[in-house]
Amino acid sequence: MENKVKETILDLLEEICGDDCVRTELDINLLEEDLIDSLDYTELLVGIEDALGIVMAPSELKREEMDTPNKIIQQVLKRI
Amino acid sequence: MTLFGELYFFICAAVLIIPAIILGIMEKPIKYYGFAVTIIFVLLVTIGNPITIAYLAVYCLWEFGLTNVGLYFQKKGNRDKKIFYMLVPMSLAPLITFKLSGLMGTSIFGFIGISYLTFKSIQIIIEIHDELIKEIKIFDFLYFLLFFPSILSGPIDRSRRFTEDLYIVPSRKEYMESVGNGLFKICLGMVYKFVLAAAFFQGMTYLGSNIGDWTGSMLVYMYCYGLYLFFDFAGYSFMAVGISYIFGVKTPDNFNKPFISVDIKEFWDRWHITLSHWFRDFVFSRFMMASIRGKWFKNKLTGATMGFMINMTLMGIWHGLNWNYIVYGVYHGVLLSVTEIYQKKSKFYKKNKKKKWYKVLSGIITFNLVMFGFLIFSGKVIN
Repeated sequence: MENKVKETILDLLEEICGDDCVRTELDINLLEEDLIDSLDYTELLVGIEDALGIVMAPSELKREEMDTPNKIIQQVLKRI
Repeated sequence: MTLFGELYFFICAAVLIIPAIILGIMEKPIKYYGFAVTIIFVLLVTIGNPITIAYLAVYCLWEFGLTNVGLYFQKKGNRDKKIFYMLVPMSLAPLITFKLSGLMGTSIFGFIGISYLTFKSIQIIIEIHDELIKEIKIFDFLYFLLFFPSILSGPIDRSRRFTEDLYIVPSRKEYMESVGNGLFKICLGMVYKFVLAAAFFQGMTYLGSNIGDWTGSMLVYMYCYGLYLFFDFAGYSFMAVGISYIFGVKTPDNFNKPFISVDIKEFWDRWHITLSHWFRDFVFSRFMMASIRGKWFKNKLTGATMGFMINMTLMGIWHGLNWNYIVYGVYHGVLLSVTEIYQKKSKFYKKNKKKKWYKVLSGIITFNLVMFGFLIFSGKVIN
Protein backbone atom coordinates (compact mmCIF):
# COMPACT_ATOMS: atom_id res chain seq x y z
CA MET A 1 0.00 0.00 0.00
CA GLU A 2 2.71 2.38 1.04
CA ASN A 3 4.60 1.74 -2.18
CA LYS A 4 1.50 2.22 -4.29
CA VAL A 5 0.82 5.59 -2.66
CA LYS A 6 4.41 6.61 -3.11
CA GLU A 7 4.47 5.63 -6.77
CA THR A 8 1.15 7.34 -7.50
CA ILE A 9 2.26 10.58 -5.92
CA LEU A 10 5.65 10.58 -7.60
CA ASP A 11 3.94 9.97 -10.97
CA LEU A 12 1.62 12.88 -10.29
CA LEU A 13 4.43 15.17 -9.18
CA GLU A 14 6.59 14.30 -12.15
CA GLU A 15 3.77 15.16 -14.51
CA ILE A 16 2.79 18.37 -12.69
CA CYS A 17 6.28 19.70 -12.05
CA GLY A 18 7.54 18.58 -15.44
CA ASP A 19 10.83 17.43 -13.95
CA ASP A 20 11.90 13.91 -12.97
CA CYS A 21 14.19 15.19 -10.22
CA VAL A 22 11.18 14.86 -7.87
CA ARG A 23 11.62 11.07 -8.10
CA THR A 24 15.18 10.98 -6.93
CA GLU A 25 15.35 13.95 -4.60
CA LEU A 26 12.52 13.25 -2.21
CA ASP A 27 13.42 16.14 0.07
CA ILE A 28 13.72 18.77 -2.61
CA ASN A 29 11.80 21.94 -1.69
CA LEU A 30 9.20 22.25 -4.42
CA LEU A 31 8.29 25.83 -3.54
CA GLU A 32 11.83 27.18 -3.33
CA GLU A 33 12.87 25.38 -6.51
CA ASP A 34 9.89 26.89 -8.30
CA LEU A 35 8.59 23.44 -9.21
CA ILE A 36 5.04 23.88 -7.92
CA ASP A 37 2.79 26.96 -7.79
CA SER A 38 -0.79 27.55 -6.60
CA LEU A 39 -2.14 26.30 -9.88
CA ASP A 40 -0.09 23.08 -9.80
CA TYR A 41 -1.12 22.55 -6.20
CA THR A 42 -4.79 22.38 -7.16
CA GLU A 43 -3.92 19.81 -9.85
CA LEU A 44 -2.05 17.78 -7.27
CA LEU A 45 -5.05 17.75 -4.90
CA VAL A 46 -7.45 16.70 -7.66
CA GLY A 47 -4.93 14.06 -8.79
CA ILE A 48 -4.62 12.61 -5.28
CA GLU A 49 -8.40 12.47 -4.99
CA ASP A 50 -8.85 10.76 -8.35
CA ALA A 51 -6.07 8.23 -7.91
CA LEU A 52 -6.38 7.39 -4.23
CA GLY A 53 -9.80 8.64 -3.17
CA ILE A 54 -8.31 10.93 -0.55
CA VAL A 55 -9.95 14.33 -0.31
CA MET A 56 -7.78 17.19 0.86
CA ALA A 57 -9.14 20.73 0.97
CA PRO A 58 -6.89 23.52 -0.34
CA SER A 59 -6.96 25.33 3.01
CA GLU A 60 -6.37 22.20 5.08
CA LEU A 61 -2.58 22.30 5.26
CA LYS A 62 -0.09 25.10 5.13
CA ARG A 63 2.10 25.02 2.06
CA GLU A 64 5.15 24.45 4.26
CA GLU A 65 3.54 21.17 5.31
CA MET A 66 3.37 20.04 1.68
CA ASP A 67 6.55 21.40 0.16
CA THR A 68 8.62 18.26 -0.51
CA PRO A 69 7.72 14.93 -2.17
CA ASN A 70 8.34 13.16 1.14
CA LYS A 71 6.07 15.47 3.12
CA ILE A 72 3.28 15.07 0.58
CA ILE A 73 3.59 11.27 0.72
CA GLN A 74 3.52 11.33 4.52
CA GLN A 75 0.45 13.57 4.62
CA VAL A 76 -1.41 11.28 2.24
CA LEU A 77 -0.37 8.13 4.11
CA LYS A 78 -1.69 9.67 7.34
CA ARG A 79 -5.12 9.91 5.75
CA ILE A 80 -5.42 6.31 4.58
CA MET B 1 -11.21 56.26 19.30
CA THR B 2 -9.41 55.07 16.18
CA LEU B 3 -7.42 51.87 16.62
CA PHE B 4 -3.72 52.33 15.83
CA GLY B 5 -4.45 55.86 14.68
CA GLU B 6 -4.11 58.15 17.70
CA LEU B 7 -2.16 58.63 20.87
CA TYR B 8 -5.21 57.81 23.02
CA PHE B 9 -5.23 54.28 21.60
CA PHE B 10 -1.53 53.73 22.22
CA ILE B 11 -1.78 54.97 25.80
CA CYS B 12 -4.71 52.63 26.49
CA ALA B 13 -2.90 49.75 24.79
CA ALA B 14 0.33 50.40 26.71
CA VAL B 15 -1.57 50.21 30.01
CA LEU B 16 -3.75 47.25 29.07
CA ILE B 17 -0.91 45.02 27.88
CA ILE B 18 0.74 45.07 31.33
CA PRO B 19 -1.67 42.53 32.93
CA ALA B 20 -1.35 40.36 29.78
CA ILE B 21 2.43 40.28 30.17
CA ILE B 22 2.11 39.45 33.88
CA LEU B 23 -0.26 36.55 33.06
CA GLY B 24 2.15 35.35 30.38
CA ILE B 25 5.12 35.45 32.72
CA MET B 26 3.15 33.56 35.36
CA GLU B 27 2.38 30.92 32.69
CA LYS B 28 -1.37 31.48 32.99
CA PRO B 29 -3.82 31.61 30.05
CA ILE B 30 -4.23 35.12 28.67
CA LYS B 31 -7.34 34.52 26.60
CA TYR B 32 -10.00 35.57 29.14
CA TYR B 33 -8.21 38.80 29.88
CA GLY B 34 -7.56 39.28 26.15
CA PHE B 35 -11.24 38.90 25.45
CA ALA B 36 -12.10 41.50 28.10
CA VAL B 37 -9.60 43.94 26.54
CA THR B 38 -11.10 43.24 23.13
CA ILE B 39 -14.57 44.15 24.43
CA ILE B 40 -13.18 47.33 26.03
CA PHE B 41 -11.66 48.44 22.71
CA VAL B 42 -14.77 47.57 20.71
CA LEU B 43 -16.78 49.72 23.12
CA LEU B 44 -14.27 52.59 23.01
CA VAL B 45 -14.38 52.58 19.21
CA THR B 46 -18.15 52.44 18.94
CA ILE B 47 -18.94 54.75 21.84
CA GLY B 48 -21.10 57.63 20.74
CA ASN B 49 -22.50 55.58 17.88
CA PRO B 50 -24.73 52.96 19.53
CA ILE B 51 -26.27 51.79 16.27
CA THR B 52 -22.93 50.37 15.13
CA ILE B 53 -22.62 48.27 18.23
CA ALA B 54 -26.11 46.95 17.61
CA TYR B 55 -25.13 46.04 14.04
CA LEU B 56 -22.00 44.34 15.28
CA ALA B 57 -23.95 42.31 17.85
CA VAL B 58 -26.56 41.26 15.29
CA TYR B 59 -23.78 40.38 12.86
CA CYS B 60 -21.99 38.13 15.37
CA LEU B 61 -25.18 36.31 16.31
CA TRP B 62 -26.15 35.89 12.66
CA GLU B 63 -22.80 34.40 11.71
CA PHE B 64 -22.67 32.18 14.78
CA GLY B 65 -26.15 30.92 13.89
CA LEU B 66 -25.05 30.13 10.34
CA THR B 67 -21.99 28.19 11.49
CA ASN B 68 -24.27 26.14 13.73
CA VAL B 69 -26.62 25.39 10.87
CA GLY B 70 -23.56 24.18 8.94
CA LEU B 71 -22.42 22.02 11.85
CA TYR B 72 -25.92 20.56 12.20
CA PHE B 73 -25.92 19.37 8.61
CA GLN B 74 -22.33 18.16 8.89
CA LYS B 75 -23.30 15.99 11.90
CA LYS B 76 -26.27 14.57 10.05
CA GLY B 77 -23.73 13.38 7.52
CA ASN B 78 -25.47 15.46 4.91
CA ARG B 79 -22.68 16.60 2.64
CA ASP B 80 -25.21 18.19 0.34
CA LYS B 81 -23.40 21.07 -1.31
CA LYS B 82 -26.67 22.98 -1.79
CA ILE B 83 -26.86 23.83 1.89
CA PHE B 84 -23.44 25.41 1.75
CA TYR B 85 -24.25 27.18 -1.49
CA MET B 86 -26.94 28.89 0.57
CA LEU B 87 -24.94 29.43 3.76
CA VAL B 88 -22.09 31.27 2.03
CA PRO B 89 -24.29 33.99 0.45
CA MET B 90 -26.19 34.29 3.74
CA SER B 91 -22.90 34.84 5.50
CA LEU B 92 -22.00 37.46 2.88
CA ALA B 93 -25.40 39.18 3.13
CA PRO B 94 -24.46 41.76 5.81
CA LEU B 95 -21.39 42.87 3.81
CA ILE B 96 -23.40 43.10 0.59
CA THR B 97 -26.11 45.08 2.40
CA PHE B 98 -23.43 47.42 3.72
CA LYS B 99 -21.79 47.94 0.31
CA LEU B 100 -25.11 48.49 -1.48
CA SER B 101 -26.45 50.81 1.20
CA GLY B 102 -23.23 52.80 0.76
CA LEU B 103 -24.14 53.38 -2.89
CA MET B 104 -27.43 54.85 -1.70
CA GLY B 105 -25.71 57.12 0.75
CA THR B 106 -26.67 55.29 3.94
CA SER B 107 -24.76 52.83 6.05
CA ILE B 108 -26.62 49.70 7.04
CA PHE B 109 -24.34 47.25 8.82
CA GLY B 110 -21.61 49.85 8.80
CA PHE B 111 -19.36 48.89 11.68
CA ILE B 112 -15.64 48.61 12.26
CA GLY B 113 -13.97 45.89 10.27
CA ILE B 114 -17.04 44.38 8.59
CA SER B 115 -15.07 43.55 5.41
CA TYR B 116 -12.43 41.70 7.39
CA LEU B 117 -14.89 40.01 9.73
CA THR B 118 -16.69 38.63 6.69
CA PHE B 119 -13.55 36.78 5.55
CA LYS B 120 -13.26 35.17 8.94
CA SER B 121 -16.91 34.08 8.99
CA ILE B 122 -16.96 32.67 5.47
CA GLN B 123 -13.82 30.62 5.91
CA ILE B 124 -15.34 28.97 8.98
CA ILE B 125 -18.45 28.01 7.01
CA ILE B 126 -16.37 26.62 4.14
CA GLU B 127 -14.15 24.65 6.51
CA ILE B 128 -17.23 23.23 8.22
CA HIS B 129 -18.29 21.97 4.82
CA ASP B 130 -14.80 20.48 4.34
CA GLU B 131 -15.16 18.81 7.76
CA LEU B 132 -12.00 20.51 8.94
CA ILE B 133 -13.98 22.24 11.71
CA LYS B 134 -16.16 19.93 13.76
CA GLU B 135 -17.19 22.08 16.70
CA ILE B 136 -17.25 25.76 17.60
CA LYS B 137 -17.39 27.22 21.06
CA ILE B 138 -19.07 30.61 21.24
CA PHE B 139 -16.21 32.13 23.23
CA ASP B 140 -13.59 31.02 20.70
CA PHE B 141 -15.80 32.19 17.85
CA LEU B 142 -16.40 35.67 19.26
CA TYR B 143 -12.80 36.13 20.32
CA PHE B 144 -11.57 35.08 16.88
CA LEU B 145 -13.99 37.41 15.12
CA LEU B 146 -13.48 40.45 17.34
CA PHE B 147 -9.82 40.04 18.41
CA PHE B 148 -8.96 43.74 18.71
CA PRO B 149 -5.46 43.89 17.18
CA SER B 150 -6.76 42.64 13.83
CA ILE B 151 -10.44 43.70 13.86
CA LEU B 152 -9.84 46.93 11.94
CA SER B 153 -7.93 45.75 8.83
CA GLY B 154 -6.54 42.29 9.47
CA PRO B 155 -4.20 40.43 9.11
CA ILE B 156 -6.85 37.80 8.34
CA ASP B 157 -6.09 34.86 10.59
CA ARG B 158 -7.47 31.33 10.23
CA SER B 159 -9.84 30.11 12.93
CA ARG B 160 -8.17 26.72 13.41
CA ARG B 161 -4.78 28.36 13.82
CA PHE B 162 -6.12 31.07 16.15
CA THR B 163 -8.03 28.63 18.35
CA GLU B 164 -4.97 26.41 18.66
CA ASP B 165 -3.06 29.36 20.14
CA LEU B 166 -5.81 29.92 22.70
CA TYR B 167 -5.28 26.45 24.16
CA ILE B 168 -1.51 26.63 24.33
CA VAL B 169 0.08 28.19 27.39
CA PRO B 170 3.72 28.69 26.41
CA SER B 171 6.58 28.40 28.88
CA ARG B 172 7.86 31.65 30.38
CA LYS B 173 10.91 31.59 28.14
CA GLU B 174 8.88 31.07 24.97
CA TYR B 175 6.41 33.74 25.99
CA MET B 176 9.15 36.28 26.74
CA GLU B 177 10.62 35.59 23.32
CA SER B 178 7.32 36.35 21.62
CA VAL B 179 6.92 39.50 23.69
CA GLY B 180 10.36 40.58 22.48
CA ASN B 181 9.44 39.85 18.86
CA GLY B 182 6.11 41.56 19.36
CA LEU B 183 7.64 44.72 20.78
CA PHE B 184 10.12 44.81 17.92
CA LYS B 185 7.30 44.54 15.40
CA ILE B 186 5.35 47.29 17.14
CA CYS B 187 8.36 49.63 17.01
CA LEU B 188 9.05 48.77 13.38
CA GLY B 189 5.38 49.33 12.56
CA MET B 190 5.45 52.74 14.24
CA VAL B 191 8.47 53.82 12.20
CA TYR B 192 6.80 52.55 9.02
CA LYS B 193 3.48 54.22 9.68
CA PHE B 194 4.32 57.41 11.51
CA VAL B 195 7.69 58.26 9.96
CA LEU B 196 8.00 56.71 6.49
CA ALA B 197 4.34 56.64 5.44
CA ALA B 198 3.94 60.19 6.73
CA ALA B 199 6.96 61.31 4.70
CA PHE B 200 5.66 59.78 1.47
CA PHE B 201 2.27 61.28 2.21
CA GLN B 202 3.90 64.69 2.24
CA GLY B 203 5.61 63.91 -1.05
CA MET B 204 2.30 62.84 -2.47
CA THR B 205 0.42 65.95 -1.39
CA TYR B 206 3.10 68.58 -2.15
CA LEU B 207 5.22 67.27 -5.01
CA GLY B 208 2.47 65.22 -6.57
CA SER B 209 -0.31 67.78 -6.30
CA ASN B 210 -1.33 70.01 -9.19
CA ILE B 211 -1.32 67.03 -11.50
CA GLY B 212 -1.19 68.37 -14.99
CA ASP B 213 0.87 71.46 -14.13
CA TRP B 214 4.05 69.65 -14.95
CA THR B 215 4.44 66.34 -16.65
CA GLY B 216 6.40 64.58 -13.92
CA SER B 217 3.87 65.22 -11.17
CA MET B 218 1.77 62.19 -12.02
CA LEU B 219 4.85 59.96 -11.79
CA VAL B 220 5.91 61.50 -8.49
CA TYR B 221 2.39 61.02 -7.21
CA MET B 222 2.37 57.39 -8.35
CA TYR B 223 5.60 56.37 -6.61
CA CYS B 224 4.87 58.39 -3.47
CA TYR B 225 1.34 57.01 -3.21
CA GLY B 226 2.51 53.41 -3.73
CA LEU B 227 5.21 53.72 -1.10
CA TYR B 228 2.85 55.55 1.26
CA LEU B 229 0.33 52.72 0.86
CA PHE B 230 2.98 50.13 1.63
CA PHE B 231 4.48 51.81 4.71
CA ASP B 232 1.07 52.77 6.06
CA PHE B 233 -0.49 49.33 5.71
CA ALA B 234 2.63 47.28 6.46
CA GLY B 235 3.21 49.53 9.48
CA TYR B 236 -0.30 48.98 10.77
CA SER B 237 0.03 45.23 10.13
CA PHE B 238 3.32 44.95 12.03
CA MET B 239 1.76 46.72 15.01
CA ALA B 240 -1.31 44.47 14.87
CA VAL B 241 0.86 41.34 14.72
CA GLY B 242 3.13 42.65 17.50
CA ILE B 243 0.25 43.33 19.90
CA SER B 244 -1.24 39.90 19.09
CA TYR B 245 2.03 38.25 20.17
CA ILE B 246 1.79 39.92 23.57
CA PHE B 247 -1.71 38.48 23.95
CA GLY B 248 -0.36 35.03 23.09
CA VAL B 249 -1.72 34.89 19.53
CA LYS B 250 0.70 34.37 16.64
CA THR B 251 -1.25 36.37 14.05
CA PRO B 252 0.39 35.72 10.65
CA ASP B 253 2.47 38.41 8.96
CA ASN B 254 0.93 40.41 6.16
CA PHE B 255 3.96 41.74 4.26
CA ASN B 256 7.29 40.25 3.31
CA LYS B 257 9.43 42.72 1.33
CA PRO B 258 6.95 42.92 -1.58
CA PHE B 259 9.11 45.19 -3.74
CA ILE B 260 11.87 42.61 -4.22
CA SER B 261 9.43 40.36 -6.12
CA VAL B 262 10.72 39.06 -9.43
CA ASP B 263 7.25 38.64 -10.93
CA ILE B 264 3.60 39.42 -10.16
CA LYS B 265 2.93 35.94 -8.86
CA GLU B 266 5.67 36.38 -6.30
CA PHE B 267 4.36 39.86 -5.49
CA TRP B 268 1.04 38.40 -4.32
CA ASP B 269 2.96 36.03 -2.03
CA ARG B 270 4.59 39.04 -0.39
CA TRP B 271 1.92 41.79 -0.48
CA HIS B 272 -1.15 41.68 1.79
CA ILE B 273 -0.34 38.00 2.20
CA THR B 274 -3.25 37.01 4.40
CA LEU B 275 -5.72 38.50 1.93
CA SER B 276 -4.20 36.97 -1.18
CA HIS B 277 -3.76 33.59 0.47
CA TRP B 278 -7.36 33.74 1.63
CA PHE B 279 -8.47 34.29 -1.94
CA ARG B 280 -6.08 31.58 -3.12
CA ASP B 281 -7.45 29.00 -0.69
CA PHE B 282 -11.15 29.83 -0.78
CA VAL B 283 -11.75 31.17 -4.28
CA PHE B 284 -8.96 30.43 -6.78
CA SER B 285 -8.09 26.85 -5.71
CA ARG B 286 -11.72 25.85 -5.43
CA PHE B 287 -12.59 27.26 -8.81
CA MET B 288 -9.57 25.54 -10.36
CA MET B 289 -10.36 22.20 -8.73
CA ALA B 290 -13.98 22.35 -9.85
CA SER B 291 -12.90 23.26 -13.36
CA ILE B 292 -10.38 20.40 -13.55
CA ARG B 293 -12.89 17.89 -12.22
CA GLY B 294 -15.68 19.12 -14.48
CA LYS B 295 -13.35 19.52 -17.48
CA TRP B 296 -14.77 23.01 -18.09
CA PHE B 297 -11.86 24.12 -20.24
CA LYS B 298 -10.05 22.26 -22.97
CA ASN B 299 -6.86 24.14 -22.41
CA LYS B 300 -5.17 24.34 -19.01
CA LEU B 301 -4.07 27.92 -19.58
CA THR B 302 -7.61 29.04 -20.41
CA GLY B 303 -8.75 27.63 -17.09
CA ALA B 304 -5.94 29.35 -15.24
CA THR B 305 -6.74 32.66 -16.92
CA MET B 306 -10.40 32.39 -15.92
CA GLY B 307 -9.34 31.52 -12.38
CA PHE B 308 -7.03 34.52 -12.10
CA MET B 309 -9.58 36.91 -13.59
CA ILE B 310 -12.41 35.81 -11.29
CA ASN B 311 -10.15 35.76 -8.26
CA MET B 312 -8.64 39.21 -8.73
CA THR B 313 -11.84 40.90 -9.89
CA LEU B 314 -13.58 39.67 -6.77
CA MET B 315 -10.68 40.99 -4.72
CA GLY B 316 -11.08 44.37 -6.41
CA ILE B 317 -14.82 44.46 -5.74
CA TRP B 318 -14.20 43.57 -2.11
CA HIS B 319 -12.16 46.79 -1.72
CA GLY B 320 -15.27 48.76 -2.64
CA LEU B 321 -17.91 49.24 -5.29
CA ASN B 322 -15.96 51.96 -7.07
CA TRP B 323 -14.56 51.76 -10.56
CA ASN B 324 -10.98 52.36 -9.45
CA TYR B 325 -11.05 49.28 -7.19
CA ILE B 326 -12.76 47.08 -9.77
CA VAL B 327 -10.33 48.11 -12.52
CA TYR B 328 -7.46 47.53 -10.06
CA GLY B 329 -8.67 43.94 -9.57
CA VAL B 330 -9.10 43.32 -13.30
CA TYR B 331 -5.66 44.83 -13.95
CA HIS B 332 -4.01 42.34 -11.59
CA GLY B 333 -6.07 39.50 -13.05
CA VAL B 334 -4.70 40.38 -16.48
CA LEU B 335 -1.13 40.70 -15.17
CA LEU B 336 -1.29 37.28 -13.51
CA SER B 337 -2.81 35.65 -16.59
CA VAL B 338 -0.28 37.17 -18.96
CA THR B 339 2.55 36.14 -16.61
CA GLU B 340 1.22 32.59 -16.47
CA ILE B 341 0.93 32.29 -20.24
CA TYR B 342 4.35 33.87 -20.79
CA GLN B 343 6.06 31.60 -18.26
CA LYS B 344 4.48 28.44 -19.64
CA LYS B 345 4.98 29.24 -23.33
CA SER B 346 8.12 31.34 -23.67
CA LYS B 347 11.38 29.58 -24.45
CA PHE B 348 13.15 32.85 -23.74
CA TYR B 349 11.77 32.76 -20.19
CA LYS B 350 12.79 29.15 -19.60
CA LYS B 351 16.27 29.82 -20.88
CA ASN B 352 16.92 32.96 -18.86
CA LYS B 353 14.76 32.78 -15.74
CA LYS B 354 17.58 31.75 -13.44
CA LYS B 355 20.05 34.36 -14.70
CA LYS B 356 20.87 37.33 -12.55
CA TRP B 357 20.27 40.02 -15.19
CA TYR B 358 16.90 38.52 -16.02
CA LYS B 359 15.79 38.55 -12.39
CA VAL B 360 16.87 42.17 -11.92
CA LEU B 361 15.15 43.32 -15.10
CA SER B 362 12.01 41.34 -14.32
CA GLY B 363 11.99 42.78 -10.79
CA ILE B 364 12.22 46.36 -12.07
CA ILE B 365 9.36 45.78 -14.51
CA THR B 366 7.28 44.15 -11.78
CA PHE B 367 7.89 47.06 -9.41
CA ASN B 368 6.67 49.55 -12.00
CA LEU B 369 3.64 47.47 -12.95
CA VAL B 370 2.75 47.27 -9.28
CA MET B 371 3.16 51.03 -8.83
CA PHE B 372 0.94 51.66 -11.83
CA GLY B 373 -1.62 49.37 -10.19
CA PHE B 374 -1.57 51.57 -7.10
CA LEU B 375 -2.13 54.63 -9.26
CA ILE B 376 -5.30 52.96 -10.56
CA PHE B 377 -6.20 52.05 -6.98
CA SER B 378 -5.76 55.64 -5.81
CA GLY B 379 -8.62 56.80 -8.01
CA LYS B 380 -6.56 59.62 -9.50
CA VAL B 381 -6.95 58.36 -13.06
CA ILE B 382 -10.38 56.74 -12.83
CA ASN B 383 -13.44 58.15 -10.97
